[in-house]
Amino acid sequence: MSEVILQASNLVKTYTQAAGRFGFATSQIKALDDVSIALKAGTTLAVVGESGSGKSTLARCLLQLQPFDSGKVLFQGQDLAKLHGDDLRSMRKHLQMVFQDPFASLNPRMKIGEIVGEGLLIHGLGSKAEQQEKVHRMLQRVGLEVADTQKYPHQFSGGQRQRIGIARALVLEPKVVVCDEPVSALDVSVQAQILLLLKDLQREMNLSYVFISHDLRVVRHIADEIVVMNKGKIVEHGAVADVYNAPQQTYTQQLLSAIPGRKAA
Amino acid sequence: MTEILNITNLTITPKSAPNRLLVNNVSLTLSAGKTTCIVGESGSGKSLTALSIMGLLSSQLQAQGSIKFQGNEITKLDNKALQSIRGAKIGMIFQEPMTSLNPVLTVGYQIGETLTAHLGLKGAALKEKISALLTQVGIPVERANSYPDELSGGQRQRVMIAMSIACEPLLLIADEPTTALDVTVQAQILQLLDALKTRMNMAMLFITHDFGVVADIADDVIVMFRGEIVETGTKQQILSKPKHPYTKALLACVPDAEGKKQLKPIDYAWLKEDKAAA
Repeated sequence: MSEVILQASNLVKTYTQAAGRFGFATSQIKALDDVSIALKAGTTLAVVGESGSGKSTLARCLLQLQPFDSGKVLFQGQDLAKLHGDDLRSMRKHLQMVFQDPFASLNPRMKIGEIVGEGLLIHGLGSKAEQQEKVHRMLQRVGLEVADTQKYPHQFSGGQRQRIGIARALVLEPKVVVCDEPVSALDVSVQAQILLLLKDLQREMNLSYVFISHDLRVVRHIADEIVVMNKGKIVEHGAVADVYNAPQQTYTQQLLSAIPGRKAA
Repeated sequence: MTEILNITNLTITPKSAPNRLLVNNVSLTLSAGKTTCIVGESGSGKSLTALSIMGLLSSQLQAQGSIKFQGNEITKLDNKALQSIRGAKIGMIFQEPMTSLNPVLTVGYQIGETLTAHLGLKGAALKEKISALLTQVGIPVERANSYPDELSGGQRQRVMIAMSIACEPLLLIADEPTTALDVTVQAQILQLLDALKTRMNMAMLFITHDFGVVADIADDVIVMFRGEIVETGTKQQILSKPKHPYTKALLACVPDAEGKKQLKPIDYAWLKEDKAAA
């Protein structure tokens, strides 16, 4: 059993929403209701659920990109919510994110070299030449070319942009990567490439993934453990094979039986 | 089996670049009571094929070839004549239930528009028909007075379905109707479409990129790649005994829920050689 690298305990996040005829009243929505997860080093923990289940809120709260009401997030035993300013910023290089939409998550006015190198620049890692070298190596590793550093995002396809997003996250040599629906905007052939790339990189760089997804087929291929969320709560948690073969909760059973093509297969 | 639609040698090119074949020499036949799935990646021409049936191609594009609906050529029809077929005899459902409804009109009104335009229904008869349609797609009747933003994604797609089947079309075209939906909702919508198809004996043309969905809903499957049909067959043939290297490669990319399969991305270079050899 490997050590726990990222642990969230009893996270609560409530959104207040305008309600009533003219929006004068308010109603509370619990996006995270007492959510606890533990990510083991070098493994992939998948968080699955339908829209509105709170899975993306969880991703953002884990990275301290969004404040939560109560609870704790421990990264290598350190409470992230207690860190501020420079301390939090320097911790952030260990915690990176890959976003869903490869079209919206890259600045269209920046060259690929700048996009991928920005993190190194901000964290002041290495000399200029070293940074450039790292960017080049990372781009080649994700299947792009050194010449691509001079290009702009619109010159790339969806799958290539997702590779750029992965390079940007991994160039900092993080320990934990939160992937928020990284393949759901991609064609199935491209999806397979990106999934395999993520798996290979995990092995090489000893990465730990939190993998947010609504696609249970994708999750089956990448995850070691799985957490099923519904309406802000964790309804089931376990090793991937156990949950898929013998789901304990009705909600998980419903989700699994709704996977298209399962009956026919 | 009654043939509803025949497409012969359909080719679509941009007007500015007539040599770029977006859809290349596509022929297909749709029959009553059958669901035909067109599968392919983005850019394979599956949506363009569907749009050209409805005469909804962008003015930047031009189509050649023949499209016969119930034996009558519809490519040469003017807009007015097309209008009487579109929405009445051919229904269409689009991918995005959020953007395909008008946000400032109630869903009841929007369903009613189709009925008034094509069947001339008014007053009590119209109201009754709207209620019947909503019931058919599984939405409470009082929801007729709701605006689209008050409905969930699945409900909106049900409203779209109600609109598309309002005039009991002979052909229903569904372009990725469940792609934007959650899996459990997707399963319900697929079931609904399948039941409606059987009950109304419609021909259904179902565009998708998801082989799981194909396995659930298709009778026949057409695989498209870079504008061309590479393989056609029954669902069983395509899914369990694919012949074309592209179909095989595409199937090898699809993750399975059992996690037994080793995913294998498509090697396009290899595919090209293989195609040349074949």
